[in-house]
Amino acid sequence: MKNRYGLKRGPIPRLQSFWDARAACNFIGGGTGTGLIIVAALCAVLGKPVLALPLLGLAAVAFGLFMVFLEIGRPWRSMNLFFNPQTSWMTREGIVGMPLFFFGGVAVLLHGTALGNTAMLLAGVCAAVYLYCQMRMLHACKGILSWCEPALKPYMLVTGVVEGLGIALCVPAMAGDRTAWSALAVLLLLRAFLWFGYVAALHRNRAPEDSRAVIDSLRWPYMLLGHLLPVLLLWLALLMASGLPAMLAGLLAASTGWYVKLVIITRAAQTRGFAIPRTPVRGRGESRVLSGQ
Amino acid sequence: MTRYVMVADLQRCVGCQTCTAACKSANATLPGVQWRRVMDIEVGEYPDVQRVYLPTGCQHCSDAPCESVCPTKATYTRDDGIVLIDYDRCIGCAYCAVACPYDARYKVEEKRFAYGEEPMPNEEITFNENIIGVSQKCNFCVDVIDAGIARGLTPGVDPEATPACVNACISGALIFGDRDDPDSPASQALANSESFRMHEDAGTDPGFYYIWCNKPEEVA
Repeated sequence: MKNRYGLKRGPIPRLQSFWDARAACNFIGGGTGTGLIIVAALCAVLGKPVLALPLLGLAAVAFGLFMVFLEIGRPWRSMNLFFNPQTSWMTREGIVGMPLFFFGGVAVLLHGTALGNTAMLLAGVCAAVYLYCQMRMLHACKGILSWCEPALKPYMLVTGVVEGLGIALCVPAMAGDRTAWSALAVLLLLRAFLWFGYVAALHRNRAPEDSRAVIDSLRWPYMLLGHLLPVLLLWLALLMASGLPAMLAGLLAASTGWYVKLVIITRAAQTRGFAIPRTPVRGRGESRVLSGQ
Repeated sequence: MTRYVMVADLQRCVGCQTCTAACKSANATLPGVQWRRVMDIEVGEYPDVQRVYLPTGCQHCSDAPCESVCPTKATYTRDDGIVLIDYDRCIGCAYCAVACPYDARYKVEEKRFAYGEEPMPNEEITFNENIIGVSQKCNFCVDVIDAGIARGLTPGVDPEATPACVNACISGALIFGDRDDPDSPASQALANSESFRMHEDAGTDPGFYYIWCNKPEEVA
């Protein structure tokens, strides 16, 4: 196995082992939860608040944070997390989480009232910022090329909303909402476009071979199960005028998005490896110029 | 200003791993943890193959991504450019470890010793509970540097003020010193050679230089 510098043995990229499925759950729970809360805020703005949405959304975000709590080496120092808002997106995520839970909680408690709807809207704004922080968190990981790839940023944002809307469609009060069906179909098209853009960018920017191989293996299965099939199910829902296919579509769209996040964090996460642009002058008195840097 | 940097002369390194052993001895790192590593790299295709030994570890970057991502400010950069970790503040989220382009950080979740569950006599003395569950990495033997400076010694010149790996290097491949002092061993070595830094595209301004050629005219 060679790395992108044509080097063999020792310095080839290796799979990072610092962040496992628990860290992936933060992005799964955080993305789905914030997506749900954004959908809930839109419903509140449209005058159709659905109590289950903020409840599920807050639970999903809390689940993600709890998994991070289980991941960190010194969980009882976790309050130190808030010490670096100047530069750390992890700190910013934690800080935004506080008003998110506050406004979300108020929206649940005052459900159906004008004040509750206003709180829901504010929670939606916080959720959008929270999702943005999560996207920037991955982008700041300069050690893992498949995470800091710029094309992953819009994908992470859109898949978060898709996952949230997908789960929202599983709530009976939302399952028959044709506007939500249309929104999910449009977002799925957008996510498919961004997914292919991410895959292409990994190849274009020569991400580690193993990372590309893992992502490549998902390319078409994800496209079929996570995008084409849900869109067909949404079309079927329109034809049958039934919420059941839409529920299935939502569940598929969300669960495939979760799986892809899990794979990106735990399997398509090779380090950069070690690179030398030139070999030292020794023996024959020649230096070899290596490609890649 | 002072900016301490490490210089590795790839022409001289023979891959003996003495620096690795010296680092383990000086810093009492746990099994599986190597703050100073020497990569054994094979370049080219048979029969045109070349072998390169690449000392590596924390590059003490000026724009260290590990520092900017750290949510606790446990990772910080001193005025002299040395990047350190406050073990009492770190929560062990390992965000710094995945942010480091040089794969230089370690996190040990539980006590481990060289020979089973019981520590060797030296491990009993050197074991530090504070590094369990948190990030750790090369610190340029900062205690030695500080103690040496307090005694009026010069890091990179006087062994009592110089990192263990540099002192131990059998071929003089590892050089340490103040990059802002033109007379320091590191500045002198860089002035008389061609060098590069690893992963410059990451934009981290690393403080670890690799010499590949003494004089430009010697290049074929």
